[in-house]
Amino acid sequence: MLAAILAAGFAVGATYALIGVTYNIMFSASRVMSFTAGQLGMAGGVLGALFINRLGLPILPGFILALAGCALIGLVTEIVAVRPVLKALDQHLYVLSTLAFALMIQTFTAIEWSTEPQPFPRLLGIGEGGPLDEKFWLPVVACAATIIGLELLYRRTLVGRAFLAIAEDNFAARALGLPERNLRMASFALAGAVGGLAGFAGGELLLAFFANGATLNFFGFVPVALGGLGNNRGAVIGGLALGVFQQAANFLMGGVVAGVAVFVVFIIVLLVAPQGLFGAPAARRV
Amino acid sequence: MRALIPYALIAVAALALPLFANDYWAVIGARAAVYWVLVAGLNLVVGYGGQLAIGWVALLTLGSYTAAILVARLDLDPFLAYAAGGIVGALAGVVVGLPALRLRTFYFAMTTLGFATIVTQVALAWQSVTGGGIGLPGPAMSPPFDSAWGFYLLCLGFAAVVTWMTANVGSSRYGRSLVAIRDAEVAAEATGISKARLLTIVFLFSGFTAGVAGGLFATLQSYITPEAFSFDLSVTFFIAILVGGRGSILGPLIGTILLTLLPEVAAPLVAWSTFLYAALLLAIVLLMPGGIAALLDFRNRKPLESHRSILPQPDRVRALLDHGQVRENITLRNVVLAFGGVRAIDGLDITIRAGAVHGLIGPNGSGKTTTLNVISGYYAPQEGEAFLGTRVLPHGAPQTRSAMGIARTFQTPRVIGEASVLQNVMIGATIDGRASFVEAALTLPRHRSDEKRLTARAMDALSVVGLSSLAGVRADRLQHSELRFVEIARALVGRPAFLLLDEPAAGLSTDEIKRLGTLIKAVAEAGTGVLLVEHHADLIFDICDEVTVLNLGKELAAGTPAEIRAHKEVVSAYLGA
Repeated sequence: MLAAILAAGFAVGATYALIGVTYNIMFSASRVMSFTAGQLGMAGGVLGALFINRLGLPILPGFILALAGCALIGLVTEIVAVRPVLKALDQHLYVLSTLAFALMIQTFTAIEWSTEPQPFPRLLGIGEGGPLDEKFWLPVVACAATIIGLELLYRRTLVGRAFLAIAEDNFAARALGLPERNLRMASFALAGAVGGLAGFAGGELLLAFFANGATLNFFGFVPVALGGLGNNRGAVIGGLALGVFQQAANFLMGGVVAGVAVFVVFIIVLLVAPQGLFGAPAARRV
Repeated sequence: MRALIPYALIAVAALALPLFANDYWAVIGARAAVYWVLVAGLNLVVGYGGQLAIGWVALLTLGSYTAAILVARLDLDPFLAYAAGGIVGALAGVVVGLPALRLRTFYFAMTTLGFATIVTQVALAWQSVTGGGIGLPGPAMSPPFDSAWGFYLLCLGFAAVVTWMTANVGSSRYGRSLVAIRDAEVAAEATGISKARLLTIVFLFSGFTAGVAGGLFATLQSYITPEAFSFDLSVTFFIAILVGGRGSILGPLIGTILLTLLPEVAAPLVAWSTFLYAALLLAIVLLMPGGIAALLDFRNRKPLESHRSILPQPDRVRALLDHGQVRENITLRNVVLAFGGVRAIDGLDITIRAGAVHGLIGPNGSGKTTTLNVISGYYAPQEGEAFLGTRVLPHGAPQTRSAMGIARTFQTPRVIGEASVLQNVMIGATIDGRASFVEAALTLPRHRSDEKRLTARAMDALSVVGLSSLAGVRADRLQHSELRFVEIARALVGRPAFLLLDEPAAGLSTDEIKRLGTLIKAVAEAGTGVLLVEHHADLIFDICDEVTVLNLGKELAAGTPAEIRAHKEVVSAYLGA
C-alpha cells in the first residue's frame, strides 16, 4: 500500500508542482497571480485527448500541438487579461480579469468538449497497472525535466537572464533597454507550455476533464503559497509533499477527509507564515 | 430624496409583477430577491470592503442545509429555521472571512474558493444528515406564503429590509471605513480604524444575510442537493456586485436583477450564461471599472471650475480644535531603527512640545519620515521608546494613535479617490462615532446624531482648510495641492493633540505654501503640537518654534530657526551657502 500511496502521491504532487511553476513563471514576469494556471493544466489534458484520440494524430505531433495550444492560451491571457490591468497593479484588478478569463476557458471547454471526463491516450504503454505504471512516473519525469530546463534557461542563456532581470527589478530592466513587453509575452507563452505539460503528463491519471482546471488551480496554488511566490524549489517540494499527504489521507481516511485536511493545513500554515515558508517578508508600506 | 427614485421604481415594478405575469415569473422574481438578500450582504464585503470573497456560495449552502435539516428532521418552524440558518451563516462568515486579515487579494480569494469546495464535498459525503447526493426537501411554507406569489412577496420583503439596512450601513461611518480600508488602508489605520473589528462585524452581517438567503433558497428550490450550490452561482453573485459597481447599493441591485433575468429572456443562452457573465466581468474590468453605478453618477460629470484657489481660514481653527486635552509632549529616547544594515535612525532623542511647531529637516535618507513613522506606529524601533507624556507609544500599532490624539498626513496623499471630499474628511473622525453597527444598520437616533455631528465637524474642517466648495466632489477629481489640504482637514477633524505633517508643501505653489504656513501656525496656537517634515527651508524657518536637523539618522543640530541658520555644519551639509 505504501508503494501505491507514494506512486500516486508523487504523480499528482508533480502535477501540482508543475502548475505551481506555471504560477511562478507568470508571477515573475508580471507580478500577477493568474487564475488561468490551473486551466492551462486542464487544457493540456483536453487538447492532448483532442489531438490524439479524436483527431487521430500520432503521439509526438499531438504532444507538440497540445503544448503549442497551451502556449497560445498563455499568450492570449497576457494580451487580454494581464497587460490592460498592469498599470493598476495596486488595485488588484488582475484577480478579476484573470478569474474572468479562466472562467471563460473553463465554460468554453465544458460546452465544446464535454462535461464528463474523457479518456486520455496511453502514451508509451510501459508498466501496465502496478505502482510503476507510466501514469505515475510520467508527471515526475515531466516535472524534473521542466525544472532542469528552466535552470538551464535561467542560468545559461541570455534570454533566461533577461527573464530573471525582469523578475528582479522591472523598472531597472526597462531602463537598461530590455524589451519588457516581449519578454513578458514570452514568459506567459512559456508558462502556458509548462502548464500544458503538467496536464499532458498527468493526463492518464486525471483524464481530459474540464473541471480539472479549478482543482489544479487550487492544489497548484497551495505549494506556491506554502513555498513562497516565485520560488520554484519551494513549489516542487511543496507540491510533492502535498501530493503524498493528500494521497495518504485519501487511502487512510477517505476523499472528503483528505480534502478537509489539506484545506485546514493550508489555511493554518498561511496564517502563520503569509509570505510562505521559504519566502521573504513584504516590503515597506509607508 | 432624488437618490431614492431608482429604488422606488424598482419597488413599484416588483410589486406590479403579480398583476401581469404568470406563476413562472413568481419563481424567477423570488429567485432574484433571494439572491439579492445574499448579494446585498456580500456587497459590503466585496464592493465596500474590497475583499475578494469569490466563494460566498458556501454560506448559502450552509444556511440552506441548516434550515432544511432543522425543518425536515426536527420539525422546526420555517422562520426559526431561517434564523438558525442565518446564525450558522454568520459564524461561518467569520471563519471564512477572517483569513482576510492576514492574506491579501488572490490568497484570500483562493481560501474562500477552497472553503466553498470543502462545504460541497462535506454535504455530499455526510449522507446521514444531508441526504448526500439524493438531497433533502427544503422547508415548506404555510399560508399565506405557500403560493408562488405569496412566497415571492415574502422574499421581496426580506430583500427590501436588507436593501434598507445595507444602504444605512453603506452611508454610515462603517461603510466609509470599509471603503477606506479598501482604497487607503494605511491612512485608515492612522485614523484609528481597526480593520480586524470592522471586518469581523461585516463578515458576521454578511454571513447572516447569506445564511437567511440560504433558507429562503431551500424553500424556493423545494428540494436541495449539493449540485444546486455550484461555483457558477458563487461567481454570479460576485460578478453582480462588480458589474453594479464598487461602493454602491443601487448598482449591485440592478446587477443582480439583470444577471438573474438574463438567462430567462434569452433561453438559447442558458448553457452559455456563465461564459457570458465571465465575459461581462472581463469587459467591466477592462472598460468600465466603475460599473453601472459610475454610469448613473451624473453629479460627478459636471465640470469643475478650472481656476480654483484654496483659501484656508486660520481664524476658524481654534473653534474646530477646541479641545480640553491635557498638554503633553511627545518624546523619543535613544530610538534606533535599522533596515537590514542601514541604520535609518541611529540613537535619536527628540522632544516635540505641545502647542509648538517643530521642524524636522535634513538631506534625503537622513531619517525624517522614518522618525515620523516611528511616532505614528508604522515602524517598531529596535531600541529606545517613544512617549506621549509618560505613556509609551505601542510599537507597530498605528491604529492606536488616533485615540491618543496623534494625527498625520502622508508624503503622497492617501485619500479615497472614489469617495467624496466630505466623506474623506469624515474618515478622520471615525473613532468619535458612538453608534454601534446595529444602530447604524437600523438608523437609530444615536446613529443619526453621530452623522449630524460628524458631518458638521467635517464641514468645519473643510472650511478651515478652504475647500468647503468641493465637499461633494469625488476626491479623485481634485488637484494634487487640494488633496494635500484634504489630508490636513482629515487630520484636524479628529481634534488631534499632535499633527504630524510629512512634506505638506511638496508640489504646492508659492502662494499656497504661504497660506499653508499661516494655517499650521494657527493650528499650533490653538494648542495642537505640529511636527513638520519639510524640504522648503523658507517655510521651516518662517513658522517653526524649534528645528531639529538630521543627518544619517542622527541629530546634527537642534535649536531655534535663527540658531540653525547660523550653524556651520548644517549650512555646509544641507542648506548650502
